[in-house]
Amino acid sequence: MATLEIHDLHVSVDAEGGPREILRGVDLTVKQGETHAIMGPNGSGKSTLAYSLAGHPKYTITGGTVTLDGEDVLEMSVDERARAGVFLAMQYPVEVPGVSVSNFLRTSATAIRGEAPKLRTWVKEVKESMARLHMDPSFAERNVNEGFSGGEKKRHEILQLELLKPKIAILDETDSGLDVDALRIVSEGVNRVRDTGEVGTLLITHYTRILRYIKPDFVHVFANGRIAESGGAELADKLEEEGYEAYTTGGVTA
Amino acid sequence: MADNTPAGSTTDGAIQVGGAKQPIDARVSAPASYDVADFPVPHGREEEWRFTPLERLRGLHDGTAVADGAGVKVEVTAPEGVTVETVGRDDARLGKAGKPVDRVAAQAYSSFEKASVVSIPKNTVLTEPVRIAVHGEGGVAYGHQVVEIGAFSEAIVVIDHTGDATLAANVEYLLGDGAKLTVVSVQDWDDSAVHAAQHTALVGRDARFKSVIVTFGGDLVRLHPRVVYGAPGGEAELYGLYFTDNGQHQEHRLFVDHDTPHCRSNVVFKGALQGKDAHAVWIGDVLIRAAAEGTDTYELNRNLVLTDGARVDSVPNLEIETGEIVGAGHASATGRFDDEQLFYLMARGIPADEARRLVVRGFFAELVQQIGIPELEERLIAKIEAELEASVA
Repeated sequence: MATLEIHDLHVSVDAEGGPREILRGVDLTVKQGETHAIMGPNGSGKSTLAYSLAGHPKYTITGGTVTLDGEDVLEMSVDERARAGVFLAMQYPVEVPGVSVSNFLRTSATAIRGEAPKLRTWVKEVKESMARLHMDPSFAERNVNEGFSGGEKKRHEILQLELLKPKIAILDETDSGLDVDALRIVSEGVNRVRDTGEVGTLLITHYTRILRYIKPDFVHVFANGRIAESGGAELADKLEEEGYEAYTTGGVTA
Repeated sequence: MADNTPAGSTTDGAIQVGGAKQPIDARVSAPASYDVADFPVPHGREEEWRFTPLERLRGLHDGTAVADGAGVKVEVTAPEGVTVETVGRDDARLGKAGKPVDRVAAQAYSSFEKASVVSIPKNTVLTEPVRIAVHGEGGVAYGHQVVEIGAFSEAIVVIDHTGDATLAANVEYLLGDGAKLTVVSVQDWDDSAVHAAQHTALVGRDARFKSVIVTFGGDLVRLHPRVVYGAPGGEAELYGLYFTDNGQHQEHRLFVDHDTPHCRSNVVFKGALQGKDAHAVWIGDVLIRAAAEGTDTYELNRNLVLTDGARVDSVPNLEIETGEIVGAGHASATGRFDDEQLFYLMARGIPADEARRLVVRGFFAELVQQIGIPELEERLIAKIEAELEASVA
């Protein structure tokens, strides 16, 4: 069973006046089949965790370890991490001029699977996934994220999640900017992938809204660059009522 | 992609309708002429020279570059039925498409000794292309070429520029009524070459001219593709593809002169830039004169900047003197492939070099398909990949 283990992770970014520490010792274990919600106020380091796990060059790891089934993730390049089974659904997916969605998906699937998917089954696979996410077939011919609405970008991210079948899926604020219909469609997509039992999910969110659709097994509150409190789904209910105030005023220390 | 424009690029443009203050043909420092003496030596601030590094023209612009007999070797390979001649300056077929529009083109016109004339008779459909190999031998040369195609004939002409040279030239295409001429000009020079040329097509009644300009090499390449119509019903398609590397200056200055009714033009130029001080310039001037009723024109320039340090100047200009037209439009956009895009593709398992290839290939794919010459398509794709390999390495 695939397991992502994060141990005492410290991460900095370059800022004016030298490096600034954002993650200050994160410990978290995510197993295949589990869903962990990471919740926290703006600036608590949630997205930094997501991007650090995917290997974004902006973030410098200053301490700690991340392993996937014992393999050192931090030693891997960005594409190696993806091929090892780490997937990051981004909050702000970027436009890639000149590359069509269909070309992008096929190139990506070829890289992840280690061989080009058979054309006939592939076309069917993509078509069915797109239909389930209520995406028009013409979508495949557009350039990646170019001119996409916020909802289209997120559906495109979840389409990739369905097609690439990662071991660990990190969803960075996938709910932000979505109206209720889009949120439902996107959540259903995530749930289809979760229902396979093959993926460990790290659901990063500011709001509890998405947790009505995607039920987490664990909820972690992120504050000041580390996990301040962990619990079950009931912790989200508490946050819904009380907000993050208790964590931001320095009332909770590790 | 408007918010994606790299620093150091300009994507300007103007559409002027009626009574323009600065008409396209008044923005040059001297009227077109065959005689170099009619043009002042440019100092670099003139509208038509402001993007060009004059010091890298090796004297083509100021009279100091003297032909040394070791400039270029021209070889023409033509299928049966095509006449290939080398003629003197007084041949009546020279200079018919139009006058030189800048000092370098006029210098070439004033300085060449022999011209080559390729004639395709009327009612002839060539099944094989005419190939003109222009190979630089390291020296200075002034050239002149004419390709004339008779009424209702069809031909493809491929002009290949290779090697190293300092070359200024005029190339004329004369299309008879109903003729179809496709010309592919490939600038595959060594990185030391300097090449300035004016390509002028005179398009006859109902004739179809297709030009494909491919610029990969050279230290400095500055081309003036121009189209004029001799009679109504003509059509011109101008396609261009350039890949500007480290230190290269590649400049394409188009002019389509719609002075005749019911003619069409379509311009698509795409360029990729990579490396320090790579500089691409695209000027797209289209003039629809008062007499040119029923004109249909569109021009497009797209640039893809792959690394920091490259610069694009893209300036489309459309000037319309009659409202009785079918359509007129232009578009220009410069986008960049940056670290965030690279991260996004790599985060989907795609290795860095493949990600870059994917983007560049995708960017050019549509244009390459439009060219519609399978043999050339493969060559272009292979060349683009080679450029990428060389620059990444």
